[in-house]
Amino acid sequence: MDVLALLADGFATSLSPINLMIVLLGVTAGLFIGAMPGLGSVNGVAIVLPLTFIVPPSSAIILLAAIYYGAMYGGAVSSILLGIPGASTAVATTFDGRPMAQQGKAGLALIAAAVASFIGGTISVILFTLFAAPLADLALKFGPAEEFALVLLAFTTFVGLGGDDKLKTVVMICLGLVLSTVGLDLISGQPRLIFGDIPGFYSGISFLVLAIGVYGIGEILYTIETSKTAPQVTPARITFKELGYGIKRMGRIWKTMTFGSVMGFFVGMLPAAGATPASLMAYGIAKQTSRSPETFGKGNIEGVAAPETANNAASTGSLLPMLTLGIPGSPTTALLLGGMVMWGLVPGPMLFIEQPDFVWGLISSLYTANFAAVAINIALIPLFVWALRMPFTVLCAIVMVLCIVGGFAPSQKMHDVWLIAGFGVAGYLLRKADYPLAPLVLALVLGPLMEKSFRQTLIAEQGNVLAFIERPLSGAFIAIAVLFFVLPFVRYLRKGSRRSIVTAE
Amino acid sequence: MAYTFTRRIAMGLAASAAMFATTATGALAEGWKPQKPVQMVIMAGQGGGADRLARLFQSIIQKENLSNMPVLPVNKGGGSGAEALRFLKDNEGDPHIIMATLNSYYTTPLRTDIGVNIEDFTPVARMAEDTFILWVNADSGITSLEEYVAAVKDAGKDWKMGGTGTGQEDSLVTAMLEKEFDLEMTYVPFKGGGDVAKNLVGNHINSTVNNPSEQMGFYNAGKSVPLVAFTPERLAAFPDVPTARELGHDIVYAMQRSFVAPKGMPEEAVAYYTAMFEKLSQSEEWQTYTSEKALMPAFLTGQPLQEYFLAEREKHQAILDAMGDDSSS
Amino acid sequence: MLAGDRIIAGAIMVLSVYFMIHATALPIGWNGETGGPGGGAFPFWLSAVMLLCSSLILLRSFGASARASFFFDMSMLRPLLMVIAALFVTIALIPIAGAYIAIPLFLFWYLKIFGRHGWVLTLCLTLGTPVFLFFFFEATLKILLPKGFTEPLFFPLYAMFF
Repeated sequence: MDVLALLADGFATSLSPINLMIVLLGVTAGLFIGAMPGLGSVNGVAIVLPLTFIVPPSSAIILLAAIYYGAMYGGAVSSILLGIPGASTAVATTFDGRPMAQQGKAGLALIAAAVASFIGGTISVILFTLFAAPLADLALKFGPAEEFALVLLAFTTFVGLGGDDKLKTVVMICLGLVLSTVGLDLISGQPRLIFGDIPGFYSGISFLVLAIGVYGIGEILYTIETSKTAPQVTPARITFKELGYGIKRMGRIWKTMTFGSVMGFFVGMLPAAGATPASLMAYGIAKQTSRSPETFGKGNIEGVAAPETANNAASTGSLLPMLTLGIPGSPTTALLLGGMVMWGLVPGPMLFIEQPDFVWGLISSLYTANFAAVAINIALIPLFVWALRMPFTVLCAIVMVLCIVGGFAPSQKMHDVWLIAGFGVAGYLLRKADYPLAPLVLALVLGPLMEKSFRQTLIAEQGNVLAFIERPLSGAFIAIAVLFFVLPFVRYLRKGSRRSIVTAE
Repeated sequence: MAYTFTRRIAMGLAASAAMFATTATGALAEGWKPQKPVQMVIMAGQGGGADRLARLFQSIIQKENLSNMPVLPVNKGGGSGAEALRFLKDNEGDPHIIMATLNSYYTTPLRTDIGVNIEDFTPVARMAEDTFILWVNADSGITSLEEYVAAVKDAGKDWKMGGTGTGQEDSLVTAMLEKEFDLEMTYVPFKGGGDVAKNLVGNHINSTVNNPSEQMGFYNAGKSVPLVAFTPERLAAFPDVPTARELGHDIVYAMQRSFVAPKGMPEEAVAYYTAMFEKLSQSEEWQTYTSEKALMPAFLTGQPLQEYFLAEREKHQAILDAMGDDSSS
Repeated sequence: MLAGDRIIAGAIMVLSVYFMIHATALPIGWNGETGGPGGGAFPFWLSAVMLLCSSLILLRSFGASARASFFFDMSMLRPLLMVIAALFVTIALIPIAGAYIAIPLFLFWYLKIFGRHGWVLTLCLTLGTPVFLFFFFEATLKILLPKGFTEPLFFPLYAMFF
C-alpha cells in the first residue's frame, strides 16, 4: 500500500539513533514545561523554533513533535496534582483528577491520564495516516455558522457540570461569558469593558489567568482555611501492583476512550475549535452516557480518561488543517506553521504531493513521540507522586510561587499577576458561597469563539437567524445540542421517583 | 521618594555592573551593545502574519549571529496594537526594546484615543512592504476585475468580503474598492488572515484581499484565483496578475513591516539596531523569503523613515475619514 | 452565616450593573443593517441575566427556608489574611525589587515564619528556587522575569548564559 510505504520511509528517518535521542529529550522537556502551571506546548515550541532553523528540518520536526506531545501529557500532571490546569485543554482533567489525588489516588489518576493520552494519540495518528487528504475538505466546510453550532454543542455537554444550585450556575456562566468579552470587539474594532483605560485589559482576560487564579491561589486559600494547616491530601503511593490494576481498570472503559479519541480527532481537526471543546465534550458525553453519572466530579477514573484521550487526539487532529490547508487550529500549530515557512515549506493542499518526506517524517515522529511520552510519563509518576507528599505549607509556598511566575510568563505582564491574585481571592469567596467554578472557567474559554462566530454568521447572512438551522452541518450540530440539553431532564423525570439519585446530582 | 531612591541605587549598580561587564569581556566592544536580551514587541497576537514575520526575523538574527544578545519576541496584540503602543510609550528611553509594526501603527491611534503620538517614537528600519491582492474562489469562475465588479454589482449586499478586524488593513482596502467601483458589499471580519483565506476556499465568503503569503498554498493548489494586485508594479511572483493602476484604477496599498523603538532611545543603540537590520535585509534567507512571498523589500531608516510614517498616517487619516469610520454604527 | 451569602450576591449585582453601564458604550441592540447584535449586546444582556439571577439569590436568602452555604471558621481568619497580604506585598514588590528578591522573601516568610519549618529546609528552598527560576525560565525558556533595580546585577549572567 502506498501510504504504508511512505510511512516506512518516514520511520527510517525518525528511528535513527540521533533522532531517537531527540525524541527522548524533547518529550522530557515538554513534559516538564507542560507540568508547570501557565506554561504549555506553546512555550516549548516557541523556544525551540529558532533552534530548528539550524538543524536539518527532519530532525527539527521530530523535536517539535516530541515537545508538543510531551507538553500535552504534562498538562494533565499539573491538573491532577495541583488542581491547576496548565492549559485550557486540561481543564476537564481537573474535574475528576483532582478529587482522585485528594483521595490518595494520584498515581492511579496519572496512569489513567498517561494511558488515555497514549490511546488518544495513537488512534488519532492512525486516523491521520489513513484519511488526511479527504478530511481536509471536511474542515473547509466549516464556516462561522458551523463553528457556532459546535460551540453550542460543547456548551450543552457540560450543562450538568454545575452544582446543585441552578441559579448560581447560571450566574457563573454569565460572568464567564461577560469576562470573555473584555478587550477588543473584533467585529467593530472598538475596545470594550476595559475598566476605565487600563492597557492590560486591551488584550482581554486570558483563560490561564482566571484558571491559575481560581484553581491555584483560590484553592490554596480554601485549603488553608479548611485544614488548619494540616494536610488535607491523602499521601499517595504508587506500586507496580497499582500500575497493573490501573491498566486493567482502563481496559474496562475502552468504549469511552475510543469514542473520546475519535471525537477528539474530528473536533480538533476543525480550525478554531481545537482541543479545549473536544476535551470538554468528551467529558460531558462520558458523564451523560455513563450508568452512574453521579460519580463524576468525585474521582471517577473515566472522568480523567475521557478528556485526556480527546485532548491528545485533538492536538494530532489540529495538525491536519495546518498541514493540508495552512490554517493553524491553535497558537501552537500557528508557531509550527511559522516554522514550516522558515524551512521553506509551503503548507497547503500541495504539501502532501510536493513534500512527502516531510509529511511522512512528521507523522512517523508522532508515533515515536507518543510511545516515548507514555513511557517517560509512567516512569516519572513516582517522582510526581513524591512531590505531593511534601508538607502542606511547603507545597503551598511552592505552588504560590509557580502561580506568580507561571502567570507572568505567557504574557510577561505584571497586570496578569495582579489579576491572578484578585481572581484567587474572588474565586475563594465564590467557592465558599457554593458557586460552581468550572462553568465560569469554561464560559471564558468558549465565550469569545461563540460570540465571534455568532456575529460573523449574522453579518454574512444579513441578520437571518435561520441560517444556523438551514445549513446542513450546523443544523445537525444544533439538533444534537438540543438533544443533549433535553436528555438530563428526560432522565430526571424518569428517575424522578428515586430521590437518592436526584440529590446526588 | 522611594522612586528617586531606587533610581539612584539602580544607576549606581548599573555603573558598577557595566564596568564589571566590560572588563570581563576584555573591553573589545566598540560602541554600544545590548547588555540584556532585547524584547521584540509584536503589535499582533501569536500566529498571525505579523507574528510569523517577526519570528522569522528572530530566527535569522540568531542564525546569522547578528546580535550578541538574543532577541525575544513578545506579543502585545491587545486592542489592535494599542497595548503595544502604550507599552512603548511607558518605556521611554529603554535601549532594549524594539517593536515590529504593521499598519495599525497608524490606524489604531487614529481610531481611538490612546494617548500615543507615533511622532515621538524612534524609527529604526523598514524591512519591507507587504502586498495586497484581490482573491476569489476558483469555483466562482471569475477571472478578471471586470467580471468581479459585475458579479458584485449583481449580488449587492449578498456579496461577502472577508477580512481582518474592522478598521484594519483589509477593511481599508475594501473601502477603497467600494468607493472606486461604487460597490456595496457585506464585510465580514475574521480573526486573522489565515482564517480569512480558509473561509474563501470553503466558500463561506466570496472574496478577500489577502496578502499573497496567506493564499499561496491555496493558489498553488488552484483553489483560489488572484484578480488584481494593489501594488505600484506587477509582482514577480504573480507575473500574470495586473495591477489596479494598469487597469486605470488608482488603488495602491501596502502593509509596512518596520521596526521602531521607544522615544529617547540612545543614538548609539539606534545605530546598533539599524546596522543589525541592514545586515538582516541583506541576508540570503530574507532575500529568498521576500521573493517567494511576494513582499516588496524596501529598506529605509532614520529621518526618511519617520517622514514616510507621517505621510502614511496622513493617508490613513484620509481613508478613515472617507470610510466615515462606520464602526460606530 | 447568611450575611456572607448576601454580601457575595450583592457584590455580583453591583458588578453586573457596572458591566451593564460600560457595555452601553457600544450598541447593545439588534442592528438589522449590519446584521445581528452590536458590540455591547453580549456583555449587556448577559450581565442583565447575571443581575436577575443574583437578585433572586439575594431574595431567596431572606426567605423562611433559607439555608446558609457560607461558613467560615473565624479562628482561621488571621492566617488567611496574612497569606493574602503576603501574596499582594510580594506581587507589589516584584516590579520594584525584582522577582529574585521578592520571591525568596515570600518563601522565607511562608516557610520560616508562617509554616515554622526548620532552617535547612527554609534556606534550601529560599535559595534554590531563584536559581531554578533563572535556569528554567530565563536561560532555557528565554522568558525574562522582572528585575526592578537589581537588573544591572544580571548583565554578567546574561553575558554568560545567552
